[in-house]
Amino acid sequence: MLKESTRDPATAVDRKTIPAGDYWIQEVERGQVLRIVDLKGNQAADTLFYSAADPAERYSAVDTIRAQRNVYLGVGSKLLSTSGNVLLEIVADTVGRHDTLGGACATESNTVRYALEKKTMHACRDSWLLAVAENDHYGLTKRDIAHNINFFMNVPITADGGLTFADGVSGPGKYVELVAATDVIALISNCPQLNNPCNAYDPTPVEVLIFAAPA
Amino acid sequence: MTPAETKAREVLYEEEIAGGKHWSFVLRRGSLLRLVDLQGGANVGMLFYNPHNTLERYNAPDTLKCQHTFKLTRGNCLYSDMGRVFCSIVEDSVGWHDTVCGSSTRAIVAERWGLQSYQEHRNDWTLNGHDSFLVEGGKYGLGRRDLAANVNWFSKVAVEDDGSMVFDPHNAKAGGFVELRFEMDTLVLFHTCPHPLDPSPEYPRRPIAYQITRAAPVAGDDYCRGFRPENGRGFENNRIYHLLSHPGAG
Repeated sequence: MLKESTRDPATAVDRKTIPAGDYWIQEVERGQVLRIVDLKGNQAADTLFYSAADPAERYSAVDTIRAQRNVYLGVGSKLLSTSGNVLLEIVADTVGRHDTLGGACATESNTVRYALEKKTMHACRDSWLLAVAENDHYGLTKRDIAHNINFFMNVPITADGGLTFADGVSGPGKYVELVAATDVIALISNCPQLNNPCNAYDPTPVEVLIFAAPA
Repeated sequence: MTPAETKAREVLYEEEIAGGKHWSFVLRRGSLLRLVDLQGGANVGMLFYNPHNTLERYNAPDTLKCQHTFKLTRGNCLYSDMGRVFCSIVEDSVGWHDTVCGSSTRAIVAERWGLQSYQEHRNDWTLNGHDSFLVEGGKYGLGRRDLAANVNWFSKVAVEDDGSMVFDPHNAKAGGFVELRFEMDTLVLFHTCPHPLDPSPEYPRRPIAYQITRAAPVAGDDYCRGFRPENGRGFENNRIYHLLSHPGAG
């Protein structure tokens, strides 16, 4: 289901462009709205969420899809934590659906998927590891780097159990918007993958906007 | 494998585990672990870690995308987040095992079947998969930050075109089995608690048996290694790992 937002970007309290291959980590307060914009289209924003009050409680892909009985994320999806609490809810989306089964790219999984000699190519997990190291006041480590959401990414599952990374259903300027149900830490790796169509073989910037909670 | 061949294998250890229980062990590289659904309808939740560095753990997304599959069956390898193969599925009578639905929780058990306390029901209480993993993981210094998407052996959840998830209550049949060959030393946590989407009217307590034997060396034309080109590279990552960390064992 597509649903446009009524929020005017000019009213955002914070805006940041994340270049491909870079990360963004920031707290989003309860009631605030996080918008992620696919500026050029077909990009993948690999995203993790943590409870700010207790970062050991984090986004859980399996609990989220099981509770909604659907493997794709879209408007109305409640993003559940490992403790079964709602962290955020998707309230607007101009893409249609987002993946949360494909996981993130890592240098090691790239060796398996593509070639052993691709092990030194930049990958999402490296961005996350640098993010948690440079922001160690959050207390996050590799233990906390778990099963993520791939906003804008299209990973269709077939009835006979197939799974493929398909060309994106996203496009330039498309976005997804989430309202925080509790204070969360958002961690995004703007995917640097050069080996598959998840970002059309051409990683591009995404933009994040934060809107204040309604008064 | 014929019954005679099975009998011929030296069984290192075997036992039955009742439904709704949990256990764990470390298996050496070269071990075979056979799981048997004794009555049908079993579910075995399982997680895998490198006992020498538990930061290396089973990664369901990598396992699925590396092999372009949503289900697990014979030929599939179970990958760690470090691009290595914990184990290969060398035998499977079932055809579909789930790895995206996670574990039952106390809340799910309470809502669907009602909680039976230990105080009142002793060891017939209604344990859940999530708490089972916390208890078993705790024995090795692991906590809630270390849990990940687990395998649910014997359970099938299919996906329709619109993304809907449908649990198949007829997937696990009495006598069904799956056998894993461990390609590196692995800490195995498991439970026999119900699958979180099991619609049974009563809390299901399905017993399983498991058997541990020694695997033959992996042949050059091994089915799992050749199942996908990606698996060949996964096995090569294991070879390099053993070569560098256990000289002479590569």
